[in-house]
Amino acid sequence: MPKVTIDGHSIVVPDGTTILQAARMIVDAPGYIGENIAPPTMCYHSKLKTSGGYCRSCIVKVSKGSEKDPRPMPKLVASCRTTVMDGMEVMNTTSPEVLEARRGVVEFLLINHPLDCPVCDQAGECHLQDLGYENGGSKTRYDFKRRTFAKIDIGPFIKLHMTRCIMCFRCVKAADQLTNNRYQGMLFRGDASEISTYIEKAIDNDFSGNLIDVCPVGALTDRTFRFKSRVWFTKPMDAHRSCTKCSGKVALWEKGNEILRVTARKDKWGEPESWICNECRFEKKNINDWVIEGPRHIDPHSVISLNHYENVVATMKLDVAKQQKQLADKK
Amino acid sequence: MGKKILLEHINVPGIKGLEVYRQNGGYASVEKALKTMAPDAVVEEVKKSGLRGRGGAGFPTGMKWSFLAKPEGVERYLVVNADESEPGTFKDRYLMERIPHILIEGMITSSFALGAKTSYIYIRGEYFYVSRILEAAIEEAYAAGLLGKNILGSNFSHDIFVQVGAGAYICGEETALLESLEGKRGNPRIKPPFPAIAGLYSCPTVVNNVETIASVPYIVMNGGDEYAKIGIGRSTGTKLISASGHINKPGVYEIEMGVPVEEFIYSEEYCGGILNGKKLKAVVAGGSSVPILPADLILKTEKGEPRLMSYESLSDGGFATGTMLGSGGFMVYDESTSIVKNLYTFARFYHHESCGQCSPCREGTGWMEKILHRIVEGHGKAGDVDMLWDIQRKIEGNTICPLGDAAAWPVASAIRHFRKEFEEYINHPERIRDKMPVV
Repeated sequence: MPKVTIDGHSIVVPDGTTILQAARMIVDAPGYIGENIAPPTMCYHSKLKTSGGYCRSCIVKVSKGSEKDPRPMPKLVASCRTTVMDGMEVMNTTSPEVLEARRGVVEFLLINHPLDCPVCDQAGECHLQDLGYENGGSKTRYDFKRRTFAKIDIGPFIKLHMTRCIMCFRCVKAADQLTNNRYQGMLFRGDASEISTYIEKAIDNDFSGNLIDVCPVGALTDRTFRFKSRVWFTKPMDAHRSCTKCSGKVALWEKGNEILRVTARKDKWGEPESWICNECRFEKKNINDWVIEGPRHIDPHSVISLNHYENVVATMKLDVAKQQKQLADKK
Repeated sequence: MGKKILLEHINVPGIKGLEVYRQNGGYASVEKALKTMAPDAVVEEVKKSGLRGRGGAGFPTGMKWSFLAKPEGVERYLVVNADESEPGTFKDRYLMERIPHILIEGMITSSFALGAKTSYIYIRGEYFYVSRILEAAIEEAYAAGLLGKNILGSNFSHDIFVQVGAGAYICGEETALLESLEGKRGNPRIKPPFPAIAGLYSCPTVVNNVETIASVPYIVMNGGDEYAKIGIGRSTGTKLISASGHINKPGVYEIEMGVPVEEFIYSEEYCGGILNGKKLKAVVAGGSSVPILPADLILKTEKGEPRLMSYESLSDGGFATGTMLGSGGFMVYDESTSIVKNLYTFARFYHHESCGQCSPCREGTGWMEKILHRIVEGHGKAGDVDMLWDIQRKIEGNTICPLGDAAAWPVASAIRHFRKEFEEYINHPERIRDKMPVV
């Protein structure tokens, strides 16, 4: 069991753990009150095999290789793909070199990104927005024409907008690993490369909707939700139903009594807790289809939590307290 | 005349064929290794020889071989990297075209040392006609019992296959090459695991350059110690140099490591001086990826010692005042060359060849090309040089494979040594734009 120290926080982790996983373990440990030392990720997804290593936003500095070989690693490494060694010391937020390189990565990811957030459905829950806000600069130095692609419908439910894509390959891995047949891949090379379903073949299977959830940006969006509402005007609720295909545990995004969209429940790191089927996602838009569990906890740093919804929770808590008091009074 | 190992018999008529090749001592190393040596003894000789990878990185070959994992019951492979795509490099083509059997011989002997039953030659698509030459040579070797089952009556069997790539520079990177060889898109793999542990079809694999493998027969015949006597210091043996640019005698030269750069450029034996008696301006010593050096720094190191054609001497001074031997693509520029235009050509190449997997290289190479294009067209802006510097710095070292570094180094070195020229171009484009040709 190797022991690793990240930004001064030590943890003992199982063999084969990556630096990124170790950092998340540190942050997730009960009683941890430091800042978030887990490197940001765009292309890594814990539930998708062989994901990670592409976007380079999780790069960290290994200042001590291991107890046996204490030499520092010569280059910054992708923390999502580097396993820890016993005695390893890692610098993430404490290394100016890392922060500078990460600023570079953010800039690279953004130079061809359209920055059409005002009309993008992903705005508000976009990993690239978070990454840019937390790690990027405030200005662009890129003054050339940006790369654009035509929008493509892949099947009746999913819209592929390659212009926004950052080539994280998560949808490719998901399509590869969740379904029997591989429909997706990469076409062309370099900054002309694009994710494609070849001859625009519809991804036609029960779990294709998960591609929308794994996309960290607005490149893959839900056609049944497009332009319906900004996410921060919707109320996320945990709900479930008994489904024969998937766990049936979802998050509903409501406006009034209307369900605007259904997604998987995303954890703290923006990754779906479990995959859900297309029936749950696209066809069950009636409130009576679901057993509502209660409001979904949204990370305070998210723009979604900054709306009236938090107040709703507060009022609901008050309501509950009031009812309990009334009940007690009755007795 | 320096010692010749690879090109000793290159001018013998008919050396392309098996018969003449054998008359000139060919395939003796197969016979010697298979009949008198243990596989480990061959590896030991290669280690002693100090032979270093000739593809560009210069990693000691014997050490690479000894890293090869040897689990029971798992195939091992030797893959020869003939995807010679580095701009300015054409030595492997020359070798395979003229004397293909030296490569086949080296492959059989090396595979015996590594315990590989199958080996592959991955050759770039543009060398399609060379693949035909190799296939003909392989056929001859099969017919002579040098390939196939029980070679020369021993219990060692071996097969060689030639695989033609589709012409992507990135497939010269060893893991991208393996992906391509497996029939997939040629994207570099994320390391670890290294090919020595999990390479082709997830089996332990050694990937070596053509020239490296072609040097093995001499080492086996004459012993590693004998090979180590040639050359200088840790740069042992001979090296093929592809000389091109503004010189009187461009071509492929086999040099003993340690020849002074000045002698290489100016002597009649090698490049024969600068074309039309002009002055030397700069040299890219090891293929387009390595840093460009101005005339004074390529001829003499910072300390004032004469620079030699060897791994150590060329990299003396680090990247601040040195460069690398790389793949031996020696490009010479005379005083009429525009470094800016030349750099634009390189940047365009790397942009075109970036695979698109990881963000710094995918986006950065295109950005650098666009800025350089703007400068070359005469629309450069005041901050462009600083911006180029900053972009290359953010690409270098932050990518999955070395293509990012290869794209960043030429930019960095051109700015480092020729910053004034960039500024002059930006401020007075008309002085340079129409007068200096793009190389």
